[in-house]
Amino acid sequence: MSGRTDSGNMSRGKSSISGPRSSERRSFLGALLALGSCCIGALLSIPLIRFALFPLLRRTTDLEPSPLGPLIDFSSLSEPLSKTIQVEQVDGWRKEVSEKTVYVTKDSHGQLCVLSSICPHLGCTLPWVGSKNEFVCPCHGAVFAPDGSRVSGPARRGMDTLKTTTKDGQLLVRFQNFRQLVADKEVMD
Amino acid sequence: MHSTDRSEDDASRSPQTGFRAWLNRRTGVDSLLRTALDEPIPGGARLAYIFGSGLLFIFLSQIITGIFLALYYVPAADHAHTTVAYMTKVVTAGSFLRSLHSYGASAMVIVLLLHLSQTYVYGAYKGRRELLWISGCVLFGLVMAMAFSGYLLPWDQRAYFATAVGTNAIGEVPLVGGMLTRLVRGGTEMGTLTISRFFVAHVFFIPACIFALVASHIFLFRNAGAAGPATENPYKPTSKSEPFYPRQVFMDLSLTALLLVGLGLLAFFVAVPLGPAADPANAQYVPRPEWYYLPIFQWLKYWHGSAAVIGILLIPMILIIAVIALPFLDRSIERRPWKRPVAIGAYAFVLFALVGLGLRSQYVDKHDPGVAQQIAKQRIEEQEYMRKPFEPDLSPASLAAANVVLADPLAAKGKTVFVAQSCNACHGDAGIGTVVAPALVGMSVKFTSDQLTDLFKHPTAKMNAGGMPPVELPPDDMKALIAYLESLK
Repeated sequence: MSGRTDSGNMSRGKSSISGPRSSERRSFLGALLALGSCCIGALLSIPLIRFALFPLLRRTTDLEPSPLGPLIDFSSLSEPLSKTIQVEQVDGWRKEVSEKTVYVTKDSHGQLCVLSSICPHLGCTLPWVGSKNEFVCPCHGAVFAPDGSRVSGPARRGMDTLKTTTKDGQLLVRFQNFRQLVADKEVMD
Repeated sequence: MHSTDRSEDDASRSPQTGFRAWLNRRTGVDSLLRTALDEPIPGGARLAYIFGSGLLFIFLSQIITGIFLALYYVPAADHAHTTVAYMTKVVTAGSFLRSLHSYGASAMVIVLLLHLSQTYVYGAYKGRRELLWISGCVLFGLVMAMAFSGYLLPWDQRAYFATAVGTNAIGEVPLVGGMLTRLVRGGTEMGTLTISRFFVAHVFFIPACIFALVASHIFLFRNAGAAGPATENPYKPTSKSEPFYPRQVFMDLSLTALLLVGLGLLAFFVAVPLGPAADPANAQYVPRPEWYYLPIFQWLKYWHGSAAVIGILLIPMILIIAVIALPFLDRSIERRPWKRPVAIGAYAFVLFALVGLGLRSQYVDKHDPGVAQQIAKQRIEEQEYMRKPFEPDLSPASLAAANVVLADPLAAKGKTVFVAQSCNACHGDAGIGTVVAPALVGMSVKFTSDQLTDLFKHPTAKMNAGGMPPVELPPDDMKALIAYLESLK
């Protein structure tokens, strides 16, 4: 191995005008250059990393809360009211607007709540059957009470409530999809 | 004794853990480094020689920033501008990287001109350096082509109209001009095929050519040897040489560091603007190219009608051929600029002409009130657009759903039936289809309304197997549903 190094030095000795002192200087300068290059490289790689990791740092697919209408409209609710909302799904630089049906109703404590119309069994849209005072799934016959709680049928949980907020007297709802066929409500992202 | 000292020094620099030695046996990296760093420079290191490596490093920076920008870019007329707006306004550090890439292009042109000037003034194209010079000339052309093709990609007003004018200028070439313009644009008009072509040229084709030519340029440079100072003989340099490393490397890297830090600060504090999306119908827009194309832009204004052949084809061709053939035309071994009045005079003339044309273009614009006003207005529009928050594109599926705000009241009623019957649960909003059930769009082409009604009441075996239940509805609702399905096109 030392022979290898020696022959390397020999060949360099020919073109180089450096002695031992200048060789020392060369290695010091080399370290300085390496350090400087690394610093500048590291500094410039920060924006690159931030740029590439943007989807990790911020949600790039997001749902905006959808307006349902003024709160007063729901003050004298006697049965679940079907509402079609526009859901804006942001997907990077584009957005998709879709329509979803939700029900504005009152929960067991008489508080205003919003139910997803998607059956927690297999995802059919639940119609409100006024004559029976129940939600009845047309696909597999799951039945739910006006407040969304499970009455009978194959569903393993009651209808899913959606998160609501109020802003300037308007009721807003944040639409979400939930996992089907499970006993506990589980958000699907 | 001397040799022992040095091998000890070597040992202290590279710990003999065996890895370095092993790596060297496998790759020969030591001798490679030695070859790269011990390049003899006749007359020693000088600041005048720093531009070549400076160019290489900006090019590297352009590649890196370019690759990252491509993470969010879509090369199509209907998305290009939105994606650039997204990365500029929304993505972290996006505006900085785009600005760095954009300023990098200008810096590349400037350093390229300095590199070329140094080579020319020092007579460093002389001796055995014909191919080295020619490969440099081709690289110059390629860098200008990179600047031209990259300029269009943001697809804002500025980019669109500058490129429209640029590609029109190609059309001025006699006989084949029209064909060339169509070839470059991918059609008679600027459109989405133009972006595809410019994108592929900018990202794949021209960079590949640049890689190949940079490699041959460096190879030819090493083969011919560094030319050294202007007093040196171009064939057999006589002055004492100094290796490339460390002093020249240090100077080269200092320039690179200065350039990168300068560009970084510029990009950080002065963001490159993005204007409103290209609107081909805008007849008022006053297109102006980037500064490095202004001289050509101004030059083309002077040539009209039959004289155009001279100004647009003949003179540029003569100039280009003269530049490329320079090492063959100028065979004397004299390199000192003060002894080459013709060469230096010609160079100064061309340089002054270019600068003069560029300044003239600026002057004309400033002194034409209409143009000056419009250009100021365009700048304000750009600033206003930059201040607006990012507005995402509406996806095609959304448009299908939005179109269903129907004119036909029967179809509108059908839509409520469609939702109430949970059809959308499987067939998707507006019948666009999902993983579990096919799309219903265009059904009316395949089936008449009677056939559809029949299918609903008596599903086929295949439909049954897929989980499609029979649809029992009052006749009015059925009619409405069919009307709705027929509206889905």
